[in-house]
Amino acid sequence: MTRRNRIFLKTIVWILCLLPLAVLGYRAVTGDLTANPISFITNWLGQWTFRLLLATLALTPLRVLFGISWQISLRRLLGLFAFCYACLHFSIWILVDHFFNWDQMLADIVKRRYITVGMLALSLLVPLAVTSTSRMVKRLGGVNWRRLHRLVYVIGMLAALHFLSLAKKGRTDQYLYAAILAMLLGIRAWDALRRALRKRRHADAAGAPALVRGSS
Amino acid sequence: MLIKRAPMFKASEITNPKVYFNRREFITGASAFALWPWGAQEAATPTPTGQLIKAPRNESVSIKDPETKFENATTYNNFYEFGPDKDDPSRLAHTLKPRPWTVQVDGLVVKPKKYDVDELLKLFPLEERVYPLRCVEAWSMVIPWIGFPLASLLRRVEPTGEAKFVEFTTLLDPEQFPAQKPSLLGLSGIEWPYVEGLRLDEAMHPLTLLTLGMYAQVLPNQDGAPIRVVVPWKYGFKSAKSIVRIRLVSKEPQTTWEKAAPNEYGFYSNVNPEVDHPRWSQATERRIGEFMRRKTLKFNGFADQVASLYAGMDLKKYY
Repeated sequence: MTRRNRIFLKTIVWILCLLPLAVLGYRAVTGDLTANPISFITNWLGQWTFRLLLATLALTPLRVLFGISWQISLRRLLGLFAFCYACLHFSIWILVDHFFNWDQMLADIVKRRYITVGMLALSLLVPLAVTSTSRMVKRLGGVNWRRLHRLVYVIGMLAALHFLSLAKKGRTDQYLYAAILAMLLGIRAWDALRRALRKRRHADAAGAPALVRGSS
Repeated sequence: MLIKRAPMFKASEITNPKVYFNRREFITGASAFALWPWGAQEAATPTPTGQLIKAPRNESVSIKDPETKFENATTYNNFYEFGPDKDDPSRLAHTLKPRPWTVQVDGLVVKPKKYDVDELLKLFPLEERVYPLRCVEAWSMVIPWIGFPLASLLRRVEPTGEAKFVEFTTLLDPEQFPAQKPSLLGLSGIEWPYVEGLRLDEAMHPLTLLTLGMYAQVLPNQDGAPIRVVVPWKYGFKSAKSIVRIRLVSKEPQTTWEKAAPNEYGFYSNVNPEVDHPRWSQATERRIGEFMRRKTLKFNGFADQVASLYAGMDLKKYY
């Protein structure tokens, strides 16, 4: 992709990522935040955090399934936006839902599984956000960087567990998100397995001819 | 003798001639200003959307907290028959047809009867009661309900000696309640029709209100038209909506939420800050319209009137 095209693409994605915040702002100004604005805002931000996380996780599966790779350059952008929304989501909880009642919050983190899991997911996002720059990739080295950033799979699962743990029975959204996550991780797992098997087959064909099955 | 006469009016009270001669424009302008969407929370007076009901307020059982704004009480609802989102009931309210409507009152009673809801509207004197409604999700509203004590109706049908519980059944009709249609994501785990229940003494308690209206009008569809029960010391889901049957039974009925999640929702479901929901705390609640959370009261503030019903019961066990 040309530099110009990449800038254009990233601009579009920036705008799309900011759209949920813009809509939220619009709804705030027009008084359309439902009877329970704090709950609505928290859920809105949480939902978009999860959607952005899923979008980030969908990029490599697109390459696996369809062979396209121009979208990979969007991974950092989407990932950082997911982190941004996660921070906003968490801020509403501290600030507005509990109004800095630290004791109550600490008690909640320990006692309520959905909060424990959510806090953990957010905490794990921090090292990923901090090491997202190109300079950091160089400092850590490609292999270590990749290993660290595999944490995003754990974060995805924690996010799914967070949603599943807090959703009231009778809702179905939480299952849908979990299913999509499972599918995306599944595609990666399948691809990893496929590549590992292929590597093994090549290794077998290349070396140790005395041990090869078949004619010798 | 000088008899002092109060002045008829002050000079300052005389309407400015400019305003007087443009009074129609002034009133129109003032209305436009008032109707500007300052915010959903700002709708000042309840906009009657249905048939009005006149009912005197029963102050002795009404709380003094400010009433939740009508707009909030009619756009933020849990009524899963319409869908799982808070705006589904108001969005889809038009699918429910509250007339013609009958309520079958039967089971272990001497005089079972199928009542037309219009009959029930005239059967007993209606009164207005301002009750807090506490949802299990930890938010609450204050609603001026209109109805009569359920006890009045139950006494009329004469429960037999074997009757120990009252079972309420909500309408089952996928045409009127879209979420009752079988769906692909049938994972919702809710089995229809919606069933709720009370112990007989809870049903006969003077606080338990068979409800036909709110905010001086008939119940809006999304709030459980045309008839529901309100049990103010229990979590909101116990206050069954759009009732079609009231049955006196000898065994504790298994309620819909008990079936959906038995470890989370029990038969009694009394509001109790000391007994948490397995996944979230019940110690505080958000009163709709308020910013700060408030402490939840045991039995939703009705401890004096109802605690005796549960004397000796372990409320952690019987949640």
